[in-house]
Amino acid sequence: MALLKITSPHVHGTNSTSRVMAKVALACAPGIMALTLWFGFGSLCNIILCIGFCLSFEAIALKLRQRDVRFFLSDFSAVVTALLLGIALPPFAPWWLIAIGSFFSIVVAKQLYGGLGFNPFNPAMVGYVVLLISFPVEMTTWLPAMANSQGLGTIEGLAQVFAGHAFTSLDAYTGATPLDIVKQNSSAVLSDLYQQQSVFKNSHFAGTGWEWVNLAFLGGGIYLLWRKIFTWHAPISMLGTLAVLSALFYDGGSSSSPGSPLLHLFSGGTMLGAFFIVTDPVTSAVSNKGRVVYGIGIGALVFVIRAWGNYPDAIAFSVLLMNFAAPFIDYYTQPRTYGHVKKPGKPSQK
Amino acid sequence: MNQYQEISLNGIWKNNPALVQLLGLCPLLAVTGSFVNAMGLGLATMVVLIGSNVSVSIIRNAVSDAIKLPAFVMIIASFTTCTELLMQAFTYELYQILGIFIPLIVTNCSILGRADAFASKNKILPSALDGFMMGLGFLLVLLLIGGIREIIGNGTLFANMHLLFGEAAKNWTLHIFGEQYKGFLVAVLPPGAFLVAGLLIALKNITDAKIQQRLAQNKVKVAKGSKRVRTTGQIA
Repeated sequence: MALLKITSPHVHGTNSTSRVMAKVALACAPGIMALTLWFGFGSLCNIILCIGFCLSFEAIALKLRQRDVRFFLSDFSAVVTALLLGIALPPFAPWWLIAIGSFFSIVVAKQLYGGLGFNPFNPAMVGYVVLLISFPVEMTTWLPAMANSQGLGTIEGLAQVFAGHAFTSLDAYTGATPLDIVKQNSSAVLSDLYQQQSVFKNSHFAGTGWEWVNLAFLGGGIYLLWRKIFTWHAPISMLGTLAVLSALFYDGGSSSSPGSPLLHLFSGGTMLGAFFIVTDPVTSAVSNKGRVVYGIGIGALVFVIRAWGNYPDAIAFSVLLMNFAAPFIDYYTQPRTYGHVKKPGKPSQK
Repeated sequence: MNQYQEISLNGIWKNNPALVQLLGLCPLLAVTGSFVNAMGLGLATMVVLIGSNVSVSIIRNAVSDAIKLPAFVMIIASFTTCTELLMQAFTYELYQILGIFIPLIVTNCSILGRADAFASKNKILPSALDGFMMGLGFLLVLLLIGGIREIIGNGTLFANMHLLFGEAAKNWTLHIFGEQYKGFLVAVLPPGAFLVAGLLIALKNITDAKIQQRLAQNKVKVAKGSKRVRTTGQIA
C-alpha cells in the first residue's frame, strides 16, 4: 500500500464563500416568511426583483471588468445583497426603485471598488440609503400588518410594482411603522399610543407583525451563530448597547420617551441589522475586540438617530458610519501576535 | 507647440485645476447642484483668477520673497470683493443663492497656486492667458458637473438661467425626461457631487490612457540591429 504524501494542514475547513452565503440566505428564510405572513407577498416580490436586477448588474459589471462571470456569480454574494435589500425595502416597491437600489448596491458600492472583499461599505445598505435620501415618499410607505388579509389583491400589488399605479385606495393600505408612531407621538403618553394606534393592536411589545418578523430574524441569526458563520461579538455588543441606552432613556413611558427597550430591540430592522448586516465580514472590524467596539458604535448610533435624529429607523446610516470607522478601529485593536510584547498605547508596527 | 498653446492645453486638459490638481474642490462640490449656479461661480472664479494673475505678474519684481504670500492673498481678496460687489449689483438673486461661496473664492487654492507657481515668475501676457485658461478649465468642469447633476437630479437643464442672463433667458429651461420626472435627489445632494466628480476624473484618466496607448502604437518601431545615422552639418 502506497502511503499518500500530503503536507499539512491535514484538516480542511469546508466553508467556502458560496457555502457561507448559501447559509446566510437560508437563515433569512424565517424572516422572509414572517414578513410575507404579516405584510403580504410584497417583500417576496421585492426580493425576486432584487435578485434579478442584482445578478444582471453583477454579470454586466464583471463582464466589463473582464472577470470570470460564472465563477463570481456563483459565490452567491450578489444574491445575499439582493435578499437584504429586498427585505429592507417597503413591500411592493416600484420596479424602478429596486433597479436603482440594485445598481447602487452592486455597481457603485461593490464592483467600482473592486468586487467582493474590497468594498469598504455594505453594498445593500448603500443601495438602501441612496434610495432613502432620494425617494423619501416611496421609501416610507409601509403597508400595515395583515394588509393581505384585508383584501390587497395580487393584481393590485403587481400593478403598483410595474405600472406605478397607486393602490386605488392607497391611504387605506399604507401606514406608519411603530417607530414612526413613537417618534411623532403628538405628545401622547406611550401607554395611550399602545392602546390607540392600530400598529400596536394585538401586539405584545413592539408592534403588530414587527415583533414576529424580528423574532424570526433573531432565530435565523442564532442558526448562523450555531453554524459558526460569525462570532457573537458584533451582534451582541450592538444589541446590548441599544438595550442599555434605551433602558436608560426610557423614563417610564412619558410623552417624550423614545420608547421601551423591547420596542427598540424588536421593531424596525434591529434584528435583521444585528445578525445579517453588522456581521458582514468584509465591512466590519476584523479582530474580536474590534468587533465589540464596532458593535457598540452601531448600537449607540442607532439609538441616537432613532431618539433624536430625523429618521425613525437608523440601521443603515449607523452601519455605514461605522463602516467608515472600521479600518480605524482595526488599527487600534490589533491583537498581540504570539511571542510579541505589546507596547502600551502604541499599535505594533510591522 | 509655442508657449501660449502650451499654457492653454495645460489649463484646459493636462493640468486642469479641478480634474488633475484637485484644487478648489469646496466650491466644485458645493455649488454644482445646477447649471446656473455652476456658471455663476465658475465665471466669478475666472474673473478673480485673471485679475490676480495679471496684478501679481505686474508686481512680481517689487515684492520680496518674505512678504510674497500675504501680498498675493491681499490682491486675491481685493478682486474677490470686487466680484462680490459686482454680483450683488447685477445678479442679486444668484448672489444670494451662492452665498458664502463667493467670498470663499479667496481660499480657492487654485488661485493662490497659479499666482505663486506661474504669475510670480512670468510676464504679464502669459500670466493673463494662464489665468484665463485655468479659469476656463475650472469653469468647464463646473458646468459639466452642474449640468449632469441638474439633469439627473431634477430632469431639467438651464433652469433659472434668467438669474444670470436676464428676462430673455426665462424660458430656456429644458425638460430632458418630460415634466413628470420625479427627480433623483441624491444627484443634487452632496454625495452626487462626489460621485459625478469622481466619475469625471475616472473618465479623464481613461481618455489619457487611451491616447497614450494610441501614441505608443503609432510610434515607428525600430528594427533590431538597425544602426544609427549620424548627421553632421546643416540640412537645408
